[in-house]
Amino acid sequence: MKHKAHTVLETRGLSMHFGGVHAVDRVDFSLRENELRCLIGPNGAGKSTFFKCLTGQLNPTAGDVVIRDIHVTGREPHEVAGLGVGIKTQVPNVFDGLTAEENIWTAARRWHKAPRAQTLTSQIIERLRLGDIRSTLVGNMAHGQRQWVELGMVIVAEPWLVLLDEPTAGMTHEETARTSELIKEINQSATIIVVEHDMQFVRSISQHVTLFHEGAIMMEGTMDEISSDPRAREIYLGSQA
Amino acid sequence: MRELREMKATWIIAALGVLFTFAAPSILELFTIITLAQVIGLAILALSLALVWGFGGILCFGQTAFFGVGAYAYVIAAVNFGGSTWAVLIAVLVAAAFAAILGYFVFYGRVSDVYLAVITLTVTLILFSLIRRTSGPEYKVGNALLGGFNGASAPPLNYPWDVSAFMFPEQVFYVAMIALILVYIFCSWLVRTHFGRVCVAIRENEDRAELLAYDTRLYKLGIFTIGAAIAGLGGIFFCIGVSRVTPDVFSLSQSALTIIWVIVGGRGTLIGPILATFALYYLTSTLGSQSVLNTNLVLGTILIIFVLGVPKGVVPAVSDWIQSRRGRKALRARERRLQRRRPSGGQNVGSTEGAE
Ligand SMILES: Nc1ncnc2c1ncn2[C@@H]1O[C@H](COP(=O)(O)OP(=O)(O)OP(=O)(O)O)[C@@H](O)[C@H]1O
Ligand SMILES: [Mg+2]
Repeated sequence: MKHKAHTVLETRGLSMHFGGVHAVDRVDFSLRENELRCLIGPNGAGKSTFFKCLTGQLNPTAGDVVIRDIHVTGREPHEVAGLGVGIKTQVPNVFDGLTAEENIWTAARRWHKAPRAQTLTSQIIERLRLGDIRSTLVGNMAHGQRQWVELGMVIVAEPWLVLLDEPTAGMTHEETARTSELIKEINQSATIIVVEHDMQFVRSISQHVTLFHEGAIMMEGTMDEISSDPRAREIYLGSQA
Repeated sequence: MRELREMKATWIIAALGVLFTFAAPSILELFTIITLAQVIGLAILALSLALVWGFGGILCFGQTAFFGVGAYAYVIAAVNFGGSTWAVLIAVLVAAAFAAILGYFVFYGRVSDVYLAVITLTVTLILFSLIRRTSGPEYKVGNALLGGFNGASAPPLNYPWDVSAFMFPEQVFYVAMIALILVYIFCSWLVRTHFGRVCVAIRENEDRAELLAYDTRLYKLGIFTIGAAIAGLGGIFFCIGVSRVTPDVFSLSQSALTIIWVIVGGRGTLIGPILATFALYYLTSTLGSQSVLNTNLVLGTILIIFVLGVPKGVVPAVSDWIQSRRGRKALRARERRLQRRRPSGGQNVGSTEGAE
């Protein structure tokens, strides 16, 4: 049995201010091992900024980030990633001038010797059905395909904590369904946070949801609880109408 | 060593280089061979920038700083030691150390790409004006006079086992050629290693490389330092070839020329900039012996033509062209096979021809 109560990620009073914009404002957040958490919230709620503070891409104005009892506030992104954190950013972040295979290999080779990296790369390519485009330059691919390549880079490194910022953006209906399966698979061995706008998708993968609004956590709970809350409905219906 | 097996094209080019080295005395005049030593030095410089810029994505506008530092360090060390062997080694190390220190501040200070170009160029020009002011007997390092804007004479190479046995200019040509070929093979291997591939990945997207847990500063510093060591080696052969070192190694026009060689030869290849160096050197020396056309005007025109017309450079453009021809050939062969199998479906398959 897993110790479900063990906290692996925690923020205390985390704030990120850009001049007068309080993109993230005194956020206390905690995540238990093997959780699959969804972050939702309207555009500009601060979800991506919150992610960037977790990964060292931004240096928070105030507050603290603790990953597995290590204070990572102010650390470089490679140090955070080096703890075994896999990150997919909102804007597709890939190596355009390299092939799909080279992209994924570069991720795998960070953790494994060459032969093992090659084996893992081939496995991921097969699993994500990228076989036909393995030798295509990622810069020449469609948005959805680039998303898959980036997902491949994240999971080939076998991270124990995975942060996915809008992984299904630009994907077809069928691809979105596959992504949801994939996320559930990864969740067998990893703790995951997913930022998503697609409520159907959120409902299909997550029991526990955190709603961001104006840089702060407005409420946490199941999707049903959130969608029956009048204030949450107003934020969402207001922004999606 | 998987990398060494993948380097088929490299081995072929290296073999052609060796062939040229041995054939040179019978096809070229002695005078040309003597001049070639300095051109080889410049080609090694171009190769170093091909590595740092073309593969590492670091636009080092002042790659000649390390070239010049290598040349001056060689002269100073060779004069003081009375022999060239240690001097060569020391000069390469001094160039690398200089780059490592400069690079540490630039990369760990997260200086942006544009500023890096400006900073490296500024460093070169500072060296240019400093070294020009060193005329007079008081400016000496050990026994070596720096010589201000006239420069200092460069001691020739001697055989490693005998400091009094100097090499003839044509022997220097052999040594320089071998050095160029070995450095070329080394670079070709380096870009295929894990280190080299990470450098290319950083060139493509530094943020992504960092999110994959690579310390990009360290990789950039690494390739920058290796590139500087190679540039320093180029500087050594250049000054031995000219038998002098002058502040002109740090001049703006030398910096610009180096960039032009890489642009014309093609970023992302190693052989391109080497060939471009030889070709453009030949062109400028031919133009220099006539007075109808201004050399700088011609070089400027070539640069503009390449930036606008062949932005990838010659070698990548040619290899793209060969590959597309091959692809078309393969396509036609496949069509013929298909047609033989299904004669009735011929028209359908044939229609892809127009899409090419
Ligand atoms: N680098 C920055 N400089 C200034 N303001 C910023 C910066 N990054 C984000 N912001 C602002 O912070 C706020 C939160 O942005 P963020 O991208 O985190 O929202 P989000 O919840 O991810 O939105 P979306 O759903 O559209 O991705 C926005 O008002 C945005 O304009
Ligand atoms: Mg966002």
